Amino acid sequence: MSVQVPERLTETADPAGPVAAVASGNWRMTWRRLRRNRAALVAGAVFLFVVLACYPGAPLWAHLVAHRGPNVQNIQGTVSSGGHRLPVVRADGTPIGPGWRGQYLLGADANGRDLFVRVLYGGRTSLTVGLVSALVCTALALLLALPAGYFGGYVDRAVSRLLDLIWSFPVYLLAVALSASLVVGGLNVGPIHVGSSSLAIPIVVIAVVFVPYIARPVRGEVLALRNQEFVEAAIAHGAGPLRVMRQEILPNVFATTLVLFTLIVANNILVEAALSFLGVGVSVLTPSWGNIIEQGYSTIVTAPWQTIAPGIAIMITAVSLNVLGDGLRDALDPHGRLRGVIT
Amino acid sequence: MRSARFWLRRLAGLVLVLFLLSVIVFLIFNVIPGGDPAIRLAGRHPTPENIAAIRHDWGFNRPLWVQYGDMMNRLFVKHDLISYQDQTKVLPTIGRGIPRTLSLAVGAAVIWLFFGVLFGVISGLTAGRWPDRVLTVVSMAGISTPIFWLGAVLLYLLTFQWHSSPLFSWLPAGGYVNLTDDPGQWAAHLVLPWICLSVVSIGFYSRVVRSSLLHTQSADYVRTARAMGLSRGRVLLRHTLRTSLIPLTSLFALDFGAAIGGTVILIEPVFGINGIGQYAQQSVAHLDLPPLMALTLYGGFFIVIVNALADAVFTFLDPRIVVE
Repeated sequence: MSVQVPERLTETADPAGPVAAVASGNWRMTWRRLRRNRAALVAGAVFLFVVLACYPGAPLWAHLVAHRGPNVQNIQGTVSSGGHRLPVVRADGTPIGPGWRGQYLLGADANGRDLFVRVLYGGRTSLTVGLVSALVCTALALLLALPAGYFGGYVDRAVSRLLDLIWSFPVYLLAVALSASLVVGGLNVGPIHVGSSSLAIPIVVIAVVFVPYIARPVRGEVLALRNQEFVEAAIAHGAGPLRVMRQEILPNVFATTLVLFTLIVANNILVEAALSFLGVGVSVLTPSWGNIIEQGYSTIVTAPWQTIAPGIAIMITAVSLNVLGDGLRDALDPHGRLRGVIT
Repeated sequence: MRSARFWLRRLAGLVLVLFLLSVIVFLIFNVIPGGDPAIRLAGRHPTPENIAAIRHDWGFNRPLWVQYGDMMNRLFVKHDLISYQDQTKVLPTIGRGIPRTLSLAVGAAVIWLFFGVLFGVISGLTAGRWPDRVLTVVSMAGISTPIFWLGAVLLYLLTFQWHSSPLFSWLPAGGYVNLTDDPGQWAAHLVLPWICLSVVSIGFYSRVVRSSLLHTQSADYVRTARAMGLSRGRVLLRHTLRTSLIPLTSLFALDFGAAIGGTVILIEPVFGINGIGQYAQQSVAHLDLPPLMALTLYGGFFIVIVNALADAVFTFLDPRIVVE
């Protein structure tokens, strides 16, 4: 489960150098190109739908249709399905399967909880972890890449070695080791207190582990931009390093960062699921897509849907983000028109 | 002369990276409170005296750098590093796991290289038409697959739900058979794990090969070769595909290193292959530092070595490339 690495991005994005400056006027052209890419538009719509279904949709469905929250157990209860009253969990422990009804649309889990409601609420957790960790990751990457590319010299060497180090860490082992020890005791460093079941743990762990995937390509672009005339001009006019980085360089690496951000969200959702599956991700008390798979895996023979459904949700979300990221990259690529002719 | 210096520098880099990795892992487990091994060794209802005794016996009360030195000494010199969890030796367990993990990773790598390049070439040659569209969907789905989930679902469907069908009845429900014992069973046990470990890379490689083909299709030297009367297939094989080899090599180095050094942790427990990955997964469950330390260094070693090899291969593929 690797991520879009810089070689892939720069290789496929643009053979002639970094994705060129997208000044504000170019955004309209970008949007026009994106609008012509039907696959990317559909992908964007699908992702929006997933977000809407999980954030406002989850409590709405739970209150208005299922009448049951994600953690409400109901082992003894019955549910009416197709004119019959059926037990939610049969006497032999087999939960009810999917059926066309409001309650238990996707069936129940072994504790009689509504699987569909859990998948919706799990989506909130997984999307939150994916989006927030991608934001943190991007912010960290920019904080490292901008000075590295701008100052060059030993700053660049130090940052590059740090990225190399994270890079040569076996990603899953690092993530797993970090979250395993954090999940047991939480973290208390000075004024910072993080509970052992806090969502912040998987968010921060995933964010740190994937910093090189964004920082490396961005650093390369900053390095190239640093010697362009408009940067030299700004410096000649007396602009300090902070100002040049913020006003001149940051807008020019925004396009690449945006594409990488989209792809890293998809990646992080997959990694959250993997960590939760290994038992070191999101706390078992909170439903997340990875947790639901992990909890359903032991009963896959009697209740396969508990494993299958959240996996499909993950795939739909990740595919939509990957296709959207691909489309964004094509739209932001100045040679996009050329490629439009070829493809 | 130059290559000797290259390899010397790489070796120094490898030692430095492994040293830093070991320090980071050691600190993760010793600075973070939940990592204190004495509390876990003391069992479910520990008394303070209990914990203190364990701390003394295992030497957890010594300064951190002494403990670190002791662990490295046991790992690299005395080869008698012992697990906190069940007091078994770590290195023989890893030695038993390596052939299993290598069988898994090498087989998967062959599969993903073959299908990745094949799909990419077909996709690039038929760009915009239906084979390309189908393969684009396939590779996008591949990239977006949670592989452990795919493994679980495939196991359920093929070895339970549809097991009675003659198509799948030969598939074993997990486990591992040595290559030297029975090659047929070895492959049969590894087919599903191979597929699961390769789907993501198949997706990536076909995308990379496809766009690389499309970009070089309009290059001058390709047009020249075509104008000189070379057939389309020959230009593709001898000229266009060759340029895609460079991004592919660096990709492959990253992915193969990552697969051997970590991604197997997601596949092995699902299929019960009991190699390095499953050992890592079990050690994580018990927060067992010694095996995790050894496994992290093992993974880091592979990742650095494979990437150094890729850099060496670059200079063969394209003599213009000078690796620093």
